[in-house]
Amino acid sequence: MKVKKFDLKRLGALVYKESLQAIRDPSTLLIAFVLPVVLLFLFAYAVSLDVRDVRIGVVQESNSAPAQQLAAAFASTRYLNVTMAQDRREVAEQVVSGKLRGFVVIPQDFEQRLHSQNGLPLIQIITDGSQPNTANYVANYTQGVIQNWGAGAGMKVAPAAIELEPRYWFNAELESRRSLVPGAIAIVMTIIGTMLTALVVAREWERGTMEAVMSTPASVVEILIGKLLPYFVLGMLATLGAAALAIFVFNVPLRGSLAALLFLSAVFMIPALGQGLLISSVTRNQFLAAQIALFSGFLPAFMLSGFLYEIDGMPAPIQFITWFVPARYFVSSLKTVFLVGDIWAVFWPNLLAMAAIGTFFFVLAKRATRKNLEG
Amino acid sequence: MLANNTAVVIEGVNKHFANTKALRNLSATIQYGQLTGIAGPDGAGKTTLMRILTGLLEPNAGHATVAGFDVVNNNEAIHVVTGYMPQRFGLYEDLTVMENMRLYARLRGMNVAEHTELFAELLEFTRLGPFTERLAGKLSGGMKQKLGLACALMARPKVLLLDEPAVGVDPVSRQDLWRMVQALTDEGMAVVWSTAYLDEAERCDTVLLLNEGQLVFQGPPEELTNRLVGRSFRLENVGAERRAVLAEVLNLPSVSDGVIQGAAVRAVLRKDAQVNELQQLANRVQATIQEVPPRFEDAFIDLLGGGPGGTSALAERLPKVELASNIAVSCKHLTKRFGDFTATNNVSFEVQKGEIFGLLGPNGAGKSTTFKMLCGLMKPTAGEAHVVGLDLRKATGAAKGQLGYMAQKFSLYGLLSVKQNLEFSAGVYGLSGAKQRQRIAEMIKGFALEPWLNSSPDSLPLGFKQRLALACAVMHQPPVLFLDEPTSGVDPITRREFWTHINGLARKGVTIMVTTHFMDEAEYCDRVALLHRSELIALDTPDALKRSAITEQCPDPTMEDAFIYLVEAADLADDLKKQGGV
Repeated sequence: MKVKKFDLKRLGALVYKESLQAIRDPSTLLIAFVLPVVLLFLFAYAVSLDVRDVRIGVVQESNSAPAQQLAAAFASTRYLNVTMAQDRREVAEQVVSGKLRGFVVIPQDFEQRLHSQNGLPLIQIITDGSQPNTANYVANYTQGVIQNWGAGAGMKVAPAAIELEPRYWFNAELESRRSLVPGAIAIVMTIIGTMLTALVVAREWERGTMEAVMSTPASVVEILIGKLLPYFVLGMLATLGAAALAIFVFNVPLRGSLAALLFLSAVFMIPALGQGLLISSVTRNQFLAAQIALFSGFLPAFMLSGFLYEIDGMPAPIQFITWFVPARYFVSSLKTVFLVGDIWAVFWPNLLAMAAIGTFFFVLAKRATRKNLEG
Repeated sequence: MLANNTAVVIEGVNKHFANTKALRNLSATIQYGQLTGIAGPDGAGKTTLMRILTGLLEPNAGHATVAGFDVVNNNEAIHVVTGYMPQRFGLYEDLTVMENMRLYARLRGMNVAEHTELFAELLEFTRLGPFTERLAGKLSGGMKQKLGLACALMARPKVLLLDEPAVGVDPVSRQDLWRMVQALTDEGMAVVWSTAYLDEAERCDTVLLLNEGQLVFQGPPEELTNRLVGRSFRLENVGAERRAVLAEVLNLPSVSDGVIQGAAVRAVLRKDAQVNELQQLANRVQATIQEVPPRFEDAFIDLLGGGPGGTSALAERLPKVELASNIAVSCKHLTKRFGDFTATNNVSFEVQKGEIFGLLGPNGAGKSTTFKMLCGLMKPTAGEAHVVGLDLRKATGAAKGQLGYMAQKFSLYGLLSVKQNLEFSAGVYGLSGAKQRQRIAEMIKGFALEPWLNSSPDSLPLGFKQRLALACAVMHQPPVLFLDEPTSGVDPITRREFWTHINGLARKGVTIMVTTHFMDEAEYCDRVALLHRSELIALDTPDALKRSAITEQCPDPTMEDAFIYLVEAADLADDLKKQGGV
């Protein structure tokens, strides 16, 4: 007897059933729509951070002795990791590409400014505003370095003389929420994609409904797609909602296109759903699935994605681990699409990485879910 | 029978999981147009066999074909030709009856719009018509099973596999299930019904009897039952002495098995044994002896080598219970409400010292609630309850010290050893020092737990697990013992052994309160209280309850018949009252 391996009608029946369940389960709606709002508010208003070993550039346009001394003072501090340059164009590019977090310009007329009393700023500091905490840190610390240097050199540097003229790139108002809010969308998507999916699939095993469905002609592929499709849609809806909140409530600009945002989100759903599916196929138990989803999905997305803590500030082994955290690629893309624009040179590698990790999860999940109750 | 009437062929099937052998070299056939029972105690391999036949598990060795398709090589076809109802309710509780039915219809490739007549037929058949918009989770146990059956019947499978369909279903709904299955086999479908209840197996056309993964019998149940013809007897009217008589009967070398049936004792002789010994005993206790038709369950026990002896080593060691009053447990106008819902309504009764008192009722009738109030686990909304004269509302702690409680799932600690479980229970009931050691030693001897002391309770055979749970409950020598569904899921031999202990305890004056859904077990009780819709609808001796249900169609009702009769009569009276009120 020939039975079709894939039948759209059966898939339709499963998708319809899953959608009904999702709509009727208050906890699903809570996770998909209320939790994101709470998280966004939390991240927008209640998070503050600190960093060390920040990579900055020092552009030494003047070769005078004081200028050289100041440059040396920057180079010797252990809080900053300095790249020296003669021309600001060299380092400006590196800030755009994210290799440097900012740069200090010691102007040509540095010595004159130092000795004159006309109140001209001594140096210029440019920081990457898309990492507001780092930007703040760079600005404040640079100020400290100059004051220390002034005191050490026995020079009477009037506080007024070291007044800075900060300019933040990409995030001119330096609101930390501008970069946290786009990142929070990644967290929300991880929760919906990984946690919710892990829970709902494990629930089918736990309640014995999987056994009943498996005894029908429906194939594994249909059962899995029927399970994932509604949560994919739910995830996309939650993304749209979170994006709307970000733009209209938190005033985060969307400098890229909405299409790019949705495309990035859709691709991120592959590893997120795949991971959730894998977890539930292996555990078949809601409690365990929730625990594992928390530790392998939510926490890495939270801590290792560059959302809260900059990956560059992490020790090398941890940085290595972040390569396997799909949220890392999504957070970076989200920040770019919101704060910079449609930079496809940034998106493509991220998209590829997410798709690759996702495919890996799906292959494992498909192997773990055979159409029987063995193992 | 023609060969083409064979629906299922099982050939040398073996299945093992890690260290346990679930099925051993099993060969059998199942025919179309017949109801085939797969019977045996829990852990016999019934569910494993069902799952192999539905293609959800693969045998480690051997082959099985269903409707001509190999379960492994032609797995997809199996899902088309079989309808399967898993042991656990496998439908979506957050979907309505109709939504569940539509889902299964579409999964089985049916066009819902074109098959309205099949839907109507199934709804009529299952009598679920009025409930199509109700969420499946809000259905009663019986209705859930009927919905499961309706979903399994979509697209008319050739082979219908029902895994313990009657578990958690009250006798009234069970009647309905039997009726439906009968109709299906008449149409030529092969229906497989697995069950741990041997009285259910007895109603099947043919039975595969499993024990520890092996097929011990295949054929019509009468064939096995008939082996006991001329070996089944009943000692009538032994009355108050029936427990002592049963103990003596079971200790006779010529007797293989025996149970209490109301005021009578039923005994099965060993193969080729003479009736002399039993006759002498009957003469001595002045009972009449009568040959009775054999039962399937007795035949099963006989097949496995007979039941346990009649003396409880444990009860022998216990002192006689002395109480100030002759009333051990009593309740007056006991009522419990949860919001608008009344779980127990105005229930009153008194239990004598040394009595075995049974609480029976369909699911949701209020048995558990009443039971929990009587042992101080729940506070009544109104009314009062006393245990050995102590008011449960005021002296809950003191009253609890006077009772032993054995919960449904044994509630043993899997991470503690058997010895540690005993020590823990002793400690909880305030036994310490020399007294604790002495009591624990008594329990170990009385229940022969010595070889298992350092094992985990989880690794114990079911019978020993049950002994341990009972030991933990009686260690402090309580005058009143509460047993909540003590033998659900336990094989008949273990169940008999358990009742040997309970009978022994009752003879020492311990009052036993028991809830059960085994109608056979109700026969062990001195009196049975029947709860229905939160109210006490009958309270009498098992024999009197059976007598009250005598009708023209049913001149010799069983306990189950009596149960169904009384519940239906109560429903009828309710309806009349309602109509009268309008």
